[in-house]
Amino acid sequence: MKPAAIDVDGLVKRFGTHTVIDGLSLRVDEGEVCGFLGGNGSGKTTTMRMLCGLLLPDDGGGTCLGLDLRNAAAQIRLQTGYMTQQFSFYRDLTVMENLEFVARLYEMPDRRSAIAAVVERMGLGPRTRQLAGELSGGWKQRMALAACVLHRPKLLLLDEPTAGVDARARRQFWDLIHDLAGEGMTVLVSTHYMDEAERCSRVVYLAGGKLVVQGTASEVIAAAHLVTFEAVGPDIERAATRLRREPGIEMAGVFGHALRVAGLDRQKLQEGIARLGDTPLRWQEVEPRLDDVFIHMLNLQKTDE
Amino acid sequence: MNAFSPARLMAILRKEWLQMRRDPMTLRLTILLPIIQLVLFGYAINANPRHLPTALVSGDHSIYERDLITALANTRYFDIRNYATQAQADQAMRRGDVMFILDIPAGFGRRIDRGEHPQMLVDADASDPVAIGSATAALSSLTASVLRRDLPPNLQASAPPPAPFEVVLHERYNPEQITALNIVPGLIAVILTLSTLILTSVAITREREVGTLENLLAMPARPVEVALGKIIPYVGLAYVQIIMFLFASIFLFGVPIRGSLLLLLASLGIFITCNLSMGLIFSTLARTQMQAQQMAQFAFLPSMLLSGFLYPFDGMPRWAQVIGQCLPITHALRIVRGILLKGNGFSDIWPDIWPMMLFVLVVGAAAVRLYRRTLD
Ligand SMILES: Nc1ncnc2c1ncn2[C@@H]1O[C@H](COP(=O)(O)OP(=O)(O)OP(=O)(O)O)[C@@H](O)[C@H]1O
Ligand SMILES: [Mg+2]
Repeated sequence: MKPAAIDVDGLVKRFGTHTVIDGLSLRVDEGEVCGFLGGNGSGKTTTMRMLCGLLLPDDGGGTCLGLDLRNAAAQIRLQTGYMTQQFSFYRDLTVMENLEFVARLYEMPDRRSAIAAVVERMGLGPRTRQLAGELSGGWKQRMALAACVLHRPKLLLLDEPTAGVDARARRQFWDLIHDLAGEGMTVLVSTHYMDEAERCSRVVYLAGGKLVVQGTASEVIAAAHLVTFEAVGPDIERAATRLRREPGIEMAGVFGHALRVAGLDRQKLQEGIARLGDTPLRWQEVEPRLDDVFIHMLNLQKTDE
Repeated sequence: MNAFSPARLMAILRKEWLQMRRDPMTLRLTILLPIIQLVLFGYAINANPRHLPTALVSGDHSIYERDLITALANTRYFDIRNYATQAQADQAMRRGDVMFILDIPAGFGRRIDRGEHPQMLVDADASDPVAIGSATAALSSLTASVLRRDLPPNLQASAPPPAPFEVVLHERYNPEQITALNIVPGLIAVILTLSTLILTSVAITREREVGTLENLLAMPARPVEVALGKIIPYVGLAYVQIIMFLFASIFLFGVPIRGSLLLLLASLGIFITCNLSMGLIFSTLARTQMQAQQMAQFAFLPSMLLSGFLYPFDGMPRWAQVIGQCLPITHALRIVRGILLKGNGFSDIWPDIWPMMLFVLVVGAAAVRLYRRTLD
């Protein structure tokens, strides 16, 4: 077995009486790009904060990079890059000034060359003299990533790094993430984008502060035992509206020219479709996709509550 | 990782400096604040108001009264208006129409002639003591000189000549006097409270509100380094303010520096530290800059009111004095006034030094303890 970069067990975090992380156990192997998924408020950010020692767990514990969460937080931070969900660099400093500040805080001996290297790598060259607050969303995120990898950490915690970033920039961003992983960095990255989840070597799905499912994308899909049908034809919007009310149909939605429905029970699903009556729609069963699975899981949570 | 690193502190200081430079408006305001305040307050103080409306209630129409009125008018402090009755004059004073009431009792002239030292009653509206200060002084000095030549020869000859009559000055609303020189040195303590207390509590809360604190703490920066990095620039700024203020008050208002300048700067250093540790506490408690500012203002008001800056400390009720004693500014005021005006040395100001040190110790320790748990 590969050594673990993150190995925590039974983490609990409460804010007041509200238990936000509820016995979370998580293992991320060295060199892995692990996708951290879950609905809003499922506890992704809180977990990342505990992993780099910004929050103390109320219960449970474990190691990051082989160092204990509770009493070696400072050492963990030295070797970890944490990119916060909100842009948290100084908007009234230029890109270069921000990077220099970070390099000085880490007391890097080779400050100049390290900054030059990271600027080159992230293509920040033409932006170095611009105030960070005046960068567009995509450039902000790129600068933040640059600042997080500047001190060559072994572990990267990226909290929704591509929120609000355009498709091409997202693609480039993920190329960078894979480059870094290729150099041996371990990456835990949270996201709401399914195409990004598919680029992870493994995904972990969190709901209500608990780990619900984990594995490769195909493992997660298989574990959900979801049945999915697709139809093409006229009036699919109206059909979708009707199907959503049928019992046993968890999800019905239009994607381009196709209507997709998904549920756990093949029998009920087919009955629901049959009740549509005589339509010119042509139905066929298809492979479930990762987003079907996650919408399904988000729905499950709702019925729990 | 070492608990404290000078290099990291320097990194934070450098960043603060860059941010300060990028916000020249705030910087300029902070440096100009002492001058602006001084000029504003200074005008109110320096104005040596003359022609104050004065009510005359006379029950006597002797030669003495006429001379007295002329003498009073000649000081140019008093503008005499006649009122028929004491009640009318009282009403005028309540409305603020007059600031003094001169009451010359019936038979005043006759009793002077007999050498009986009659009393002339003067009521002064002391709610604005600064305004009436010089006028009352002029009034007192009149008693000895005026009327001398009007006296009958037997009384003129007596030596040393006793004042032919007595002025009984009765100050309403505020029994104590505050002089201009008293207020100007006190202003420096007030300005330092404004700049150090409010600015630090807001500065640290801003990092939290904007979200940069999370990043800062996720990097190797230690809370104590962050706090010091925030505080040191403000100490520097505070000293710039002190110097500006001293120059201005010497050149504009002739405030003397009778004691040691070094002692003044050193003891103000302790006072600044008091404010900074209080600001640090506020910044750990407040979630937003707005809250921090409100907390600082909440602390600032009693500093103005209960410290002896605006109202004399000894005139306050006991409970207010107890609160006042706990405020560092109360002690700072005494120290500044003592050193500047009385030339006090270290042993004179020690009774006000140690309470401030105690304050730093208690509040500073609490601030550092609270600060560790910032993100939780
Ligand atoms: N400092 C805090 N005090 C109180 N409650 C908090 C605090 N931080 C987070 N929470 C709560 O904890 C829960 C989990 O929040 P968290 O930010 O970890 O979720 P998330 O998975 O990152 O969500 P999102 O996808 O929206 O970023 C939420 O219900 C949130 O309201
Ligand atoms: Mg989050």
